[in-house]
Amino acid sequence: MQDPSVEMRGIVKTFGAVTASDQVDFSANAGEIHALLGENGAGKSTVMSMLSGVYRADAGEILIHGKPARIRSPKDAALLGVGMVFQNFRLVQSLTAAENIVLGEKSSFWRGSRWIKRKHEEIEALGERFGLKFPVDRPIWQLSVGEQQRVEIVKTLYRGADIIILDEPTSVLTPGEAEQLFETLQVMKQAGKTVIMTTHKMKEVMASSDRISVMRKGKMIASLMTGETDELELARLMVGREVTISRQERAATAGEPLLIVRDLEVAADHGRKALDALSLTVHEGEIVGVAGVAGNGQKELAEVLTGLRAWRTGEIRFDGSPVKTASVRGAIDSGISHVPENRMKSGLAGRLGSVDNLLFKSYRSGEHSRFGFLKAARNRSWSQELVRRFNVKTPELDTPVQQLSGGNQQKLLFAREVSHRPKLMVAVHPTQGLDVGAAAGVHELLMELRSSGSGVLLISEDLDELLQLSDRILVIYGGSIIGESDHEQADREQIGLMMAGIRSREGSAV
Amino acid sequence: MSPKPGNESATLTPMAGRSGRWYSIRLEYDSSRTRSPWWTPILSVVLALLLCAVFIAANGMSPLVVYEKMFRGAFGTSYGFTETMVKAIPLLLCGLGIAVAYRISVWNIGAEGQLTVGAMAATAVTIYFPDLSSFWSITLMLVFGTAAGALWGLMTAVPRTHFGVNELITSLMLNYVALLALDYVVFGPWKDPKGFNFPGSPMFTAAQSLPVLGSTRLHIGLVFGLVAVLIYYLMIRFTRWGYELRLIGANPTAARYAGIHIKKHIIIVMLISGGLAGIAGMAEVSGVTHKLMQGISPGYGYTAIIVAWLAKLNPLGLIVTSILFGGLIVGGYSVQTIGLPSSISEMLQGAILFFLIAGDMIHRFRIRRSA
Repeated sequence: MQDPSVEMRGIVKTFGAVTASDQVDFSANAGEIHALLGENGAGKSTVMSMLSGVYRADAGEILIHGKPARIRSPKDAALLGVGMVFQNFRLVQSLTAAENIVLGEKSSFWRGSRWIKRKHEEIEALGERFGLKFPVDRPIWQLSVGEQQRVEIVKTLYRGADIIILDEPTSVLTPGEAEQLFETLQVMKQAGKTVIMTTHKMKEVMASSDRISVMRKGKMIASLMTGETDELELARLMVGREVTISRQERAATAGEPLLIVRDLEVAADHGRKALDALSLTVHEGEIVGVAGVAGNGQKELAEVLTGLRAWRTGEIRFDGSPVKTASVRGAIDSGISHVPENRMKSGLAGRLGSVDNLLFKSYRSGEHSRFGFLKAARNRSWSQELVRRFNVKTPELDTPVQQLSGGNQQKLLFAREVSHRPKLMVAVHPTQGLDVGAAAGVHELLMELRSSGSGVLLISEDLDELLQLSDRILVIYGGSIIGESDHEQADREQIGLMMAGIRSREGSAV
Repeated sequence: MSPKPGNESATLTPMAGRSGRWYSIRLEYDSSRTRSPWWTPILSVVLALLLCAVFIAANGMSPLVVYEKMFRGAFGTSYGFTETMVKAIPLLLCGLGIAVAYRISVWNIGAEGQLTVGAMAATAVTIYFPDLSSFWSITLMLVFGTAAGALWGLMTAVPRTHFGVNELITSLMLNYVALLALDYVVFGPWKDPKGFNFPGSPMFTAAQSLPVLGSTRLHIGLVFGLVAVLIYYLMIRFTRWGYELRLIGANPTAARYAGIHIKKHIIIVMLISGGLAGIAGMAEVSGVTHKLMQGISPGYGYTAIIVAWLAKLNPLGLIVTSILFGGLIVGGYSVQTIGLPSSISEMLQGAILFFLIAGDMIHRFRIRRSA
C-alpha cells in the first residue's frame, strides 16, 4: 500500500481550559476524498487548521508525503502543497477574482495588460480543468457565494496545492452547487490530489467520500471506508453512547402552557426558509431542551421568540395572549428574557462596567429612571446587590466587563436576565466556553428558574447538558421539530439519530 | 473552537538562524481595545509639534521662535485671545455636534455644509423679515439656522437608516451642495444692490447682529457653545437617552438585543449634530461677518472633526481643544509677519490628526515574543 500523503500523529491542542484536539491521529491518501465527520465543536476544524498552519499543535507530529514537516504558518503549509478553503472566505472584496488568485505572487514585477491577459487565460484553463466556472475579471463582491468558493478552490490549486482541505464546504451552497462541488472533488481525486473535507452532514459524506474519519469531543473515534459503513453507524459514532449522565433530580412542577408556537415559518437573512412549520409548547415550571446540529434554525427560533426577527406565517401565543408583531421591547416587557448565543457579541457591552450592563433591559422602568433621568445612586446600589447575590467576581463595579472571566460574564448576564423575574427564559448555548464549575453554576440557575415556576427554552448543542436539565427534549432539523422525548425516556442514541435527520430506527433520512 | 474573538495574531518574518534556532515576534491585534489612554491626545500634539519643527527648521527658522510667536499671537495679548475665542466658537459648536454623532459611530463629516446652510437660513431671516425687533430677529435667526442645519443632517441620516447609504459619502457631498447653494444666493438673489457688484448679502443691521463684548469681536455665540456643552454633558451623564447612546456606542448588537431602536437614534443624533453646526453658522454671520458671503467658513466644519477627535468626544475636553485650535488658526496668522506662510497651522492640524489616529490604531497592537 502507498504511503499516506498526510499523516498526523498524537496531535494535541488546547485553548485555555478546553482541549480541542486530544491525541488525534489522522491520515489521508493521495487520490482519495476523505471526509472528517463530527458535530460542531468536535475539533475537526481545529485539526485541519493545524495542518494548514493557522494554529500550531501543542504536541504531536505531522508527516507530509512520509516526511516529517514543520508547519508553523500558512506559508509553510503552502510550500508543502497544503491548501485550505475556509468556511469564511479569505478574499478581497474589491479585487477581481483573478487578482485575488494571483495575490501574493512575487514572480513578476511588471504587470502589464499582456501579463494580466495571460494570467486570466491560465486561471480560466485551470478552472475549466476542474469544472470550476466563474468570471475571472469581475470583482469578488459581484460574485455569488458559490462562485466565491470556486475562486477560493482555484486559488489553492493555482498555488500548487496537492493536499486540499475544505472546511464545511457545503454549508454555504445550494443543493445544486453542492452537486457541482462534488463533481469537482472527483476530478481532483482523479488528478491524484488529496481531498479532505470537514462536515457534519452525513448524507453528503456517504455520497461523495471514499473514507471517513469521525471525531467527537476532540478525540478521533474511528476511521472507516465509506463502502463499509452506513448512516446509522456514523450517527452512533458521532454522538457516542455514554449513558453515565447524572440527570438532575426534580419534582414535577409543570403547570399551564406558557408559550405556544404553531406552524411558524421564518425567513433567514438571505431569504432562505429557516423555520418551516415549527410548533412547540413550553409550560410553566418546565425546561424544554432543543437539540440539533447548528444551522437548523435554532438561531432564528431564539430571535423570533425574543422579538428580534419577524415571522412570515404561523402563530405565537405567550402567557395567554397572542403575540402580534416582533418587538424586542414587547418581549422584554411581557417577561421573556434572553441569554444569547455569544455573550460578548450580543449580550454584554464589553467596554462598559457592571452597572451599565445590568441596566440593559430595565433602565426604562420606573424603578431605575424617572422623567428620562436615570436614578444613578439607586441603580448603583441595586447593581452592587445583584453582583453580590450572583457572586460575580469583579474588581470594581466600573471595571469594563470584558476584563472579567467568561464564567463571571455569564453570571452577570444571568443576574440581569433573572433580576426582572422572567416568565420565560430563552437560553442559547448558555454554557459554551465555560469551565465545569461555571457551567454547573449556570445549570443551577436554570433549575432555580424552573422551580420558581418560570419556563425555560434551552437551545444547546451539548446533548449531555440537555439530557441533564430538560423535562422534554425536542429535536430540530431543517427548521422543524422532528422528534420529542421526555426526561424519563430520553435516549441519547435516538436523539443523536434524529439530530442527523434520521427520523426512526429504520435509518431513513428525511 | 477558536481563541478569543477579536484576537488575531500575525506572525512577522520568522527569522531562521543557521543554527536552527527559531524565534519570532508576533504583533497581536486586539480589536476590543477601542479606547486609547487619556494621554494619547497630549502625546499627539507634542509629536505634531516636533514633526513640524523639522519643516520649520528646513525653512531656516528656529522652531522655538516660531512656536513662541504663534503662542503669543494667539494667547499673549487680549486682542489675540479674544480672536482665538472667536475662532473657537464655531469649532466648539461643530465639534460638539460631531462628537454626538461619533459617539454612536455615525461618521458625520458634513459639519461644513450644515454650518453653511445654517448661515444661509439665518441670513434669509434678515432678508425676508428686515424690520423685526432685535429680540425677534435674533430668535428667528437662531431657530431657522438650527432647523436648516438639522435638516441638512437629516438628509444624511435618512439615506443611512432607510437605504443603507454610507453617511461619510452623503455628508461630504452635501457640503458641496451647500457651498454651491451659498455661491448662488450671494451672486444672485441675495446680492447686496449697494455692494458694488461684489458677491455678498447686504450688511446686517444692529438688531440682526449678536451682542459683542466691549470693543472686541467676541460675541455671545460663546455662551451658546458653553450652554450646549453643559446640556450635552448632563444629558449623556444622567439621562436614559445618554445611556442608550453609551450602549449603542459600546456594542450596537447588544443594544439591539436590549430593545433600542438604533435607526431612531441615528436620526436624532444627526438632527442634533446638524442643528449645532447650524447654530455655528448663524453665530458666524450674525456675530462675526455681519453679512453672508463666500467662504463664510474657512473649513471650521473639517477642523472641528480634529477638535472632536482630540477631545476624545468628551464634552469638557472639547472646550479645551476648540480653544487650542482657535489659537492655532490665530497663531498661524501671526507667523506671517516673520515670513512663514499661515498654512503652518494647517500643517500642525494635519499632523495632530495623523498622530491621533495612528495612536488609536497602534494602541490595539501588542508586541509579543514567542520562543
